[in-house]
Order: sequence, then structure tokens, then C-alpha cells
Amino acid sequence: MTTLPPLFSQYALDQAYDEMLSPDCRPRPHYQNLFRRIQEITPEELRYRQQAADISFLHQGITFTVYGKEEGTERIFPYDLLPRIISGSEWSTIEHGLTQRITALNLFLEDIYHSGKILADKVVPHELVYSSPNYRRKMRGIHVPNGIYVSVCGTDLVRLPNGQFAVLEDNLRVPSGVSYMLVNRQIMKKVFPQIFGDYSIRPIDYYGRALLGTLRFLAPPHRPDPTIVLLTPGVYNSAYFEHTFLARLMGIELVQGSDLVVHDNIVYMRTTAGLRRVDVIYRRIDDDFIDPLAFRPDSILGAPGLFNAYRAGNVTLANALGTGVADDKAIYAYVPAIIRYYLGEDAILPNVETYLLGDEKQCDHVISNLDKLVVKAVGESGGYGMLIGPHSTATQRAEFKDKILANPRNYIAQPTLALSRAPCFIDGQIEARHIDLRPYILYGDTVTIVPGGLTRVALQQGSLVVNSSQGGGSKDTWVLSD
Amino acid sequence: MLSRVADNLYWMSRYLERAEHTARLLDVATNLMLEHSPVLSTRRHWERLLKGLHIPQTDDEVMDEYAITNLLTFQTGPVSSIRNCIANARDNARQVREQISSEMWMQLNELHLWIQHASIEAVWREPYPFYRAVKEGSHLFQGITDATMNHDQGWQFIQLGRFMERAGATAALLKVHSEAFPFTSHYQIHVDEYLEWLSLLKSCTAFEAYCKVYTTDLRSNTIMEFLLFNAEFPRSVRFCAEQILVALDAIAQDTSTHRKNRVERIAGRLRAALSFDQVDEILTEGLNRYLENIEYQCGQIHNITYETFINYTVDAALS
Repeated sequence: MTTLPPLFSQYALDQAYDEMLSPDCRPRPHYQNLFRRIQEITPEELRYRQQAADISFLHQGITFTVYGKEEGTERIFPYDLLPRIISGSEWSTIEHGLTQRITALNLFLEDIYHSGKILADKVVPHELVYSSPNYRRKMRGIHVPNGIYVSVCGTDLVRLPNGQFAVLEDNLRVPSGVSYMLVNRQIMKKVFPQIFGDYSIRPIDYYGRALLGTLRFLAPPHRPDPTIVLLTPGVYNSAYFEHTFLARLMGIELVQGSDLVVHDNIVYMRTTAGLRRVDVIYRRIDDDFIDPLAFRPDSILGAPGLFNAYRAGNVTLANALGTGVADDKAIYAYVPAIIRYYLGEDAILPNVETYLLGDEKQCDHVISNLDKLVVKAVGESGGYGMLIGPHSTATQRAEFKDKILANPRNYIAQPTLALSRAPCFIDGQIEARHIDLRPYILYGDTVTIVPGGLTRVALQQGSLVVNSSQGGGSKDTWVLSD
Repeated sequence: MLSRVADNLYWMSRYLERAEHTARLLDVATNLMLEHSPVLSTRRHWERLLKGLHIPQTDDEVMDEYAITNLLTFQTGPVSSIRNCIANARDNARQVREQISSEMWMQLNELHLWIQHASIEAVWREPYPFYRAVKEGSHLFQGITDATMNHDQGWQFIQLGRFMERAGATAALLKVHSEAFPFTSHYQIHVDEYLEWLSLLKSCTAFEAYCKVYTTDLRSNTIMEFLLFNAEFPRSVRFCAEQILVALDAIAQDTSTHRKNRVERIAGRLRAALSFDQVDEILTEGLNRYLENIEYQCGQIHNITYETFINYTVDAALS
């Protein structure tokens, strides 16, 4: 056992996997250079650089909007100075696993919205699909270009105590956060260039070009030079910064629903030179809000008539409508089976053990072990609608028990995971905090995964919740080219 | 370019210009207070200041200089205070962040964050550095805009917004001033009114520029001539009209819509009037009516620009 330097006096190892240190307190090979660097730097310098980074975020207006507070409260996304490092060989496994997963999920979506073979073969229970609030009956029989339903995916990975990466959830609707992945790298280069020196880090800044290529591949046939736009709900959306960021990165128009006009099943945008046809819409609006005539009639975010234009094949939406059924947390439990069914392979990245509460036996087990498990509502994301057993009060557990019994299909439970921990700079000290990883997968004519992703950090000591809406932060993520 | 984007760029620019104009007026007014003399009450000056910014005043609630400074600098709510104008400019910029350069956004965002932390007590104690910082913040934004953004259609809408606002502001300022200080024979300026005429020029940063053309011999007719008709001074109404026409021409060319003729005609008419009209004739025929007509024409240009490029009906676009 080696002793750690003074800066690390608060750094404690526990049963969770530590990204930097092996159990004998020695730095893992790919962290050695960083570990040495940190010791050469004074806490004052670290603090100074942390401030420089925070000011940079604030002045650039890289903020997100917090809901439920005063309208339009802008906050910066807390940023941790120390990078998270992933070795090249670890990344290779992740890359293969994610490629396999998105391929199978796209085949699954194509199948359930057409012939439904996987349901007829009873690999996935059909009632699970049809009872999902994110299953869109209106999508049945609609052909989407190249059979691609999910072109942009953000998959949440966690590292288990044994060091293995596992999938916690898929985000197949409108995954966000990729702008922070890119901005974190930019800011890191600006405020802390010295620590790049020792490493050979794989670049990520071609993401914009890759995304544009992916979207272009989806253009309706006979539209060789497609007009691509990004559809945003507007400035009050929590991810608005990201929408502007991506539109600029790709050089495409950022439109709001009110900018779009549908006439004779053709979608146009209102420009100063008159109406201009739109071919591909990278939509950052949920299915429900896309067209008040087809879905929620009270939505003012989408464009009336858009769904008919989509059904007629005159415009492509990315992601397709109805993809949420495949990231339903109950369907999630079946993804390894889905991979085996379509690809004849075992899942490279395992799932986290999941109890389906629709099943009576599993439900009984969960109810009697609520204090040990994490319970999640199947259709929710962003850390909302969640119970973390070990950190909950008896009242909260009783409340959840009632909710579960009222609608068991709506919940799943998972063991409380000891997410891996990484060194973070906190109050002048280096401390360990729980993290996860969300890589971004693009599915066009090829699968592109820029090396890395968004590493989210649960900044409160001991906390397992990494969501930005719940006090999480993020850090730059390095994949080494070893 | 999206119509909504044109709208946001136009108003971003107008609001910032308005903030700068208000800062300049307050800078001049607080400066004038220092030379307060019994003969010359600055009270009237402050009342005219509000009138020139189209802010109504009720008789039963007379504000003192401090209250007016606070109102025009920090007031929240539906008032064109400097803080509100900058916040509105930023809100508009925020909606089109991907259209403007990062440098532009950062400058406006920093200006906004800075003014959120300013207080009336500090400004009242020492107004000059504060208003100077507002003006410089605006100038810096304009410089960054010119240096970092494509001079495309979006840039033309920014130009249009700036000069529309400026033309209207200068005309309004001339109007309230000429109402308060009638022209004398031979256009001599009475010694009691000298500071007010000087302030008028300074409210347009025009004193030095004026002196270069007419020397420091201030006469009411030449001051009016300078602020209305000078072709080279960037805050004269004529200069603004010229720039409005240039911007609209460029936008019309870029969009080549068949509906552009009306807007070019009306902007051309304003420019022509300001190029050929004579100050003597106008002073004889009634300056007030002339200035009102200019304000009316600016309003027309605004409306027709919107009908042509921004608020057009779908039927009109498809025909």
C-alpha cells in the first residue's frame, strides 16, 4: 500500500471501481502521467484554472435552463477540471458493443412497426411493446429512409466494480449533452493546456461533420442537395444552448415550429426571400409535440401538417417518430435477447440486472427490498421519477410502493450500482466522485462513434445521481490512441 | 435567411442602439447638472429628456433627477431603460446565436452580465465612467460585428436596425429641442441657452464634428442643418437614411423577391428628401411638421420591410 500525496488526503477507495487507482493505491498505467502532473501543480493553481474554466462557461453563455424554478433560470453546467481517461483497448470494446446494440435496436424498430416477427416469435412480449406510452400506432407501416429509425443515440454506460462497462440505459429519442462533450474539450485546451502534453488523445471535433453526413444520408430520394434544419422548442428549452451550438457547427438553420409552414404535404421554412423547402429535420422536440394535428393538439412547438408530409415521404425526421418504445426501461431488459434474435450474437456490453415489475414474482421481491434497489419509471429520463433505495426515507419508499402497485408496468428496479469513481477537484482537494459515460452514436451509411462521450459526475459526496438537472456536473473525456 | 432570424437581428441591433443613445443622453444630462445655474434650471432639460424618449410623465408624480436616472438606467418592467434594452438585445441575440459570431455573443453576454451587477448608488455617485462603459460596450459590439461576421443579409438587417433606431432617435431629439427653444432672427443663440444647444450637439456626439464644419460659432440653423442634412456625420438623419437605403437595397438584391419594390421606393423617397431639402425653407415652413413627417416615414419603412421580408402571408409567398 502506497501513501497518497497531501492533495489526496480526502481520497478514499471503497468497493466501487476507481478509474485512477488500483486497489493497492497505485495509479493505473493510463493515469500515471496525470497522477504525476497533478502533484507538480499547487492547489492554488488548480483553483485558478477551475475559476478560469467557470468564467469561460459563463461568458460564452454555455448554460442550461432549470425547470421548475423562475422562468428561464440559466445555470452553468458544473465542470470538473480533471479529465477522465479511457484506454484505447477499453474503448475498442465499447465501440464494438455500441455498434452492435444500435444495429439491433434499429432492426427491432423496423420489425415492430412492420411485420412484428420478434413479437410473433415471442422473444419480446407483444403487450410490453403495445402498452408502452412511447409506441406510436401512427408509425405502423411507414417506411423511413434506409430503414434507419435511430440515427442519433446517446447510451449511458457505467463501470461495474469488476471494471466491466455495462449499459444503464439507451436514449433513442432526443439524446442531449453532446455539445458539452465538445465544449469540455475546447475549454480544457484553453485553461489547462499543460496536461495534454503527456498524452496522445483521439480527437473528437469531427462530430459536426459526421452528424451532418448522417442527416444528409436520410434525405428523401430525388432530393440530391437536401436542405437540413435543426428544429428546437426555443430558448426556454433546457438544451437550447446545444441546439444553437450544433446548428452552427453544421452550418444549418436552427428553426422553431413557427418558422415552418406545411403546404400540400411539403414542408417549407419562412425566409426573407420567401418559402424554402425543407428535406431533413433534425428534431430536438419530443414526438408528442411535433404536430398538433397528429399528436398533442395543444402543442405550439411543432408545425401543423408535418406528420402528413413525413408520412408522404417528403421530409425526413431524425430520429424517426416512435423510437422511444425501444428505450422504454422495460424493453431494455430484453435488449440482449433482441441482439441475439437479429444478429445471432451475444451482447458485447452487458445490461444491468433489471426486475420487471409487471411480473408478479419479481414485483414481490422488489417491494420487499425497496431499501436496497433503485426504482425507475419506464418512460422517464433525466433522473426524474426515481427512487434510490439506500438513500431514501421510509415515507418515500411507502409512496413508491403505492405507485408501483397502482401501475406495475410503469416501473422497473435495478440493484443499487456502485458506479465507478474518478478523481475530481473539490474545495482545494482531489476527491473521488461517482461517474458514468454517455457516448454518442451516429447511424448513417456507417456507424460513427466519436471516441469519448460525456462523462457525467455526481458532484455531491457519495451521490449516485449524475443528471445535470439533479446537481451533476461533467468533465472532459479522453480516449487514448494506444 | 429565416424571417424570424431577420427579426431577431434587427431588434438586437435596435435595442443596443437605444441603450447607447439613452446612455449618451444621461451622460450629457448628469454632466449639465454640474453647471447648474439659477438662470438655467436643468429641471426642464430632464423633462425634455423623457419626452424625447417617448416616456410619458404624469403631472401628479414629478420625478427628480435621481429618479429619472434610475428609471432610464435600471428600471425593470416595460420601460426602455438601459438595462432592459441590453437584456432585450441579448435575448434577441440568444435566439440567433448560431447566426452571429461567438465573439459578438460573448461581448453582448458580458455587457449584460456586467450591468446586472451595477447599482444606482454607484452610478449616481459617479455617472461618467458608467455611461462611458455602456457606450463603449455598444461600440465594441459594433466593431466586433463588422470584423467577425459575414457582411451578408443578416449583417444588413443589423445595419438596418441600427440606423432605423438612430434616425428616429435623432429626429425625436431635434423635435423636443426645437419646441423648447424657438428660433430667433438671424439664428443667434442667447447666452442663457448656449449650454442647451451645446448639449444637443453632445447628445449626438456631434460637437467636435460640427466645429470642423462650422467652427465653434454655434447657430441654431446650422446646428439643425448639421444634424438633419450632413452627409458625412454618422448620426445625422440624412446619413441614417442613406444607410437604411443601402441596407434595404442589399437585402432586396439578396432575396430577389418580386415584392421588394415598395420598400425600396419608400426608403428612396426619404433619402431623396433629406438630400435635397434646404434648412432655411424648412425652418420657415415649420420644422416640427417636417420632423414628424420623418418619424412617420421611418415607421412606414419599418412596416413595409416587415410585410415584405418577415410577416408576409403564405398566400403572398406562393403567388
